[in-house]
Amino acid sequence: MNSHLLHVKELQTQFITDEGTVPAVDDVSFYVNPGEVLGIVGESGCGKSVTSLSVMGLVPSPPGKITGGEILFDGKDLTEASEKQMQKIRGNEIAMIFQEPMTSLNPVIKIGDQLIEGVRIHTDKSRKQAKEQAMDMLQKVGLSRVDELMSQYPHQLSGGMRQRVMIAMAFICEPKVLIADEPTTALDVTIQKQILNLMKQLNSEMHTAIILITHDLGVVAEMCDRVVVMYAGKIVEEATVKEIFNDPKHPYTKGLIQSVPDLRQRKDKLYSIPGNVPKPGQIKSGCVFAPRCAYAFETCGQEMPKLCSTEGSQQVRCWLYHEK
Amino acid sequence: MLKYTFRRLGALIPVLIGMSILVFLIIRAIPGDPAQTILGDKASEQAVENLREQLGLNNPIYIQYFSYMKGLITGDLGTSIRTSSPISADIWPYLAATIELAFVALIIAVVIGVNAGILSAWFQNSIFDYTAMIIALIGISMPVFWLGLMEQWAFSLELGWLPSIGRESVRDPITPITHIYMIDTLIQGDFDQFVVVIKHLFLPGIALGTIPMAIFARMTRSSMLEVLRSDYIRTARAKGQKMFVIVYKHALKNAFIPILTVIGLQTGLLLGGAILTETIFSWPGIGRYIYEAIQYRDYPVIQAGILVIATIFVLINLIVDLLYAAFDPRIKY
Ligand SMILES: Nc1ncnc2c1ncn2[C@@H]1O[C@H](COP(=O)(O)OP(=O)(O)OP(=O)(O)O)[C@@H](O)[C@H]1O
Ligand SMILES: [Mg+2]
Repeated sequence: MNSHLLHVKELQTQFITDEGTVPAVDDVSFYVNPGEVLGIVGESGCGKSVTSLSVMGLVPSPPGKITGGEILFDGKDLTEASEKQMQKIRGNEIAMIFQEPMTSLNPVIKIGDQLIEGVRIHTDKSRKQAKEQAMDMLQKVGLSRVDELMSQYPHQLSGGMRQRVMIAMAFICEPKVLIADEPTTALDVTIQKQILNLMKQLNSEMHTAIILITHDLGVVAEMCDRVVVMYAGKIVEEATVKEIFNDPKHPYTKGLIQSVPDLRQRKDKLYSIPGNVPKPGQIKSGCVFAPRCAYAFETCGQEMPKLCSTEGSQQVRCWLYHEK
Repeated sequence: MLKYTFRRLGALIPVLIGMSILVFLIIRAIPGDPAQTILGDKASEQAVENLREQLGLNNPIYIQYFSYMKGLITGDLGTSIRTSSPISADIWPYLAATIELAFVALIIAVVIGVNAGILSAWFQNSIFDYTAMIIALIGISMPVFWLGLMEQWAFSLELGWLPSIGRESVRDPITPITHIYMIDTLIQGDFDQFVVVIKHLFLPGIALGTIPMAIFARMTRSSMLEVLRSDYIRTARAKGQKMFVIVYKHALKNAFIPILTVIGLQTGLLLGGAILTETIFSWPGIGRYIYEAIQYRDYPVIQAGILVIATIFVLINLIVDLLYAAFDPRIKY
């Protein structure tokens, strides 16, 4: 049971701001195994990026801090690891692709050098070997005229090309886990598709576990094996992709799935969940979703439900399914 | 790049002409008869007339300017009234002394200032950060003459470690070749004299370098803080890179462009504005050369000195502009 590749347990990450402590991630648990693709979905601001930065040990500090829980990777707890130990893991065993392809590459360093650097941090390959590896990797992510590309600067590349470079950079040390934080949000639709296919392909070739963060359920359906739904810093549902789409349990998940536009049935109006997304920590008592929930009853306003197993592997945080 | 350099050099021509006109007008702006003013009330009629003739003041103004420009183009900066020797020959030893001092001050300011700024940004809100920024604030507000006098008092008078004035030992003067003594002593292979030169440079170098050092430290800190927050620094960390490499390679290269601008401006000021330091430390530099010329009303020397400094200032700015391209590939010429 405890032999998952990456197992996040009851993670809590907070930001100390002028307006008080923001529990951006609160009691979040999930795991991934080799070759698996885990989706994390949720609306903007629900804590997806903070969760992934926590795993990488890159939460901006101050103001942020991991205040509880464990991040077990190969059995070691990363929350206890030193900066030096984390440097050995980052990029080498756990790599990350960021949400912002336009600004995530260093504007004054050549693409080639940025890739070569990644190789040389973690191996003792010569510059020449590293260069060959970098060029191979660029080819693998579908970029052409690699020779020329190596000596170009980021501003000479389009957004899609930059994100491919980021993917090449992330995969170059053949990490065991890849965290992709909305890798396609900033790109247009055709490029999105190519990038996702590329990740899927690398996932099956290299057997890399992928944590794919997105707010697009279509992407989840296409890419993921299992999915975790987050709302206001908390996990509200966890299930396999099949379960989520066939039998969503949590009212929030139901709402999310309902609000995906369906091309086969044209409705007059798109469904959207009423109300606004609360900021983490804004709702002090009861279920975080209760104010927007159509099924809410008395208990929901009073106490936060726990994450409970229902059928199969599905877990849900809702009083409707709570065994009392 | 080469084309751009030439274009920029071409654009300098109107700037230099404008400067030459301003400088040319200095002497003509003296109320009354400039020759009389220069020589004073007691001068004989004949002497005044001779000087007027020598300065060409009897000709119409455009002819005066024309012959002045003709001189400049052929490298003739005029003749000193006091020494009656050509200024272009006189000025170099003074200029060399200033260049040497400004160079040392600049090295001190850049090495210490930029590094202090980098470390302050890296360890933001640490004791080091607070201390460095308080020192920088004091440094910026410190009057140069006061700092110079305190240095002389502490390191020469009290401790006796370093000479307080001049640029060489009076009893054992240096044989000049280029007049930049660090180079001259090395050419001559005279290491003892080299040390003497360095010792003389130390106190005025610090006095002159303190304000730029403080400015560089503050500028570097704010520039680095901004860069260290950026996404590509996070990417570098996600690769597992060490903080030292991230700070000194990934971040500094990006943060250096605004720093470079300030370094360029300060270098110009160091060359032109060393007059206080040069006076306190009896440094025979261009500032003192002009200062003395003002006392003797040696107008041709004042003109030439100002023109030389202004030209250097403009050239340094050009060099800085060209250097931008070396640090930022996005800048295209
Ligand atoms: N540097 C920070 N300082 C203070 N609070 C922060 C900081 N970064 C994140 N937060 C808080 O954490 C919450 C979650 O942010 P996060 O970036 O993880 O959202 P997200 O799910 O990735 O959203 P998006 O889909 O827009 O990327 C935010 O609502 C914000 O209040
Ligand atoms: Mg995010």
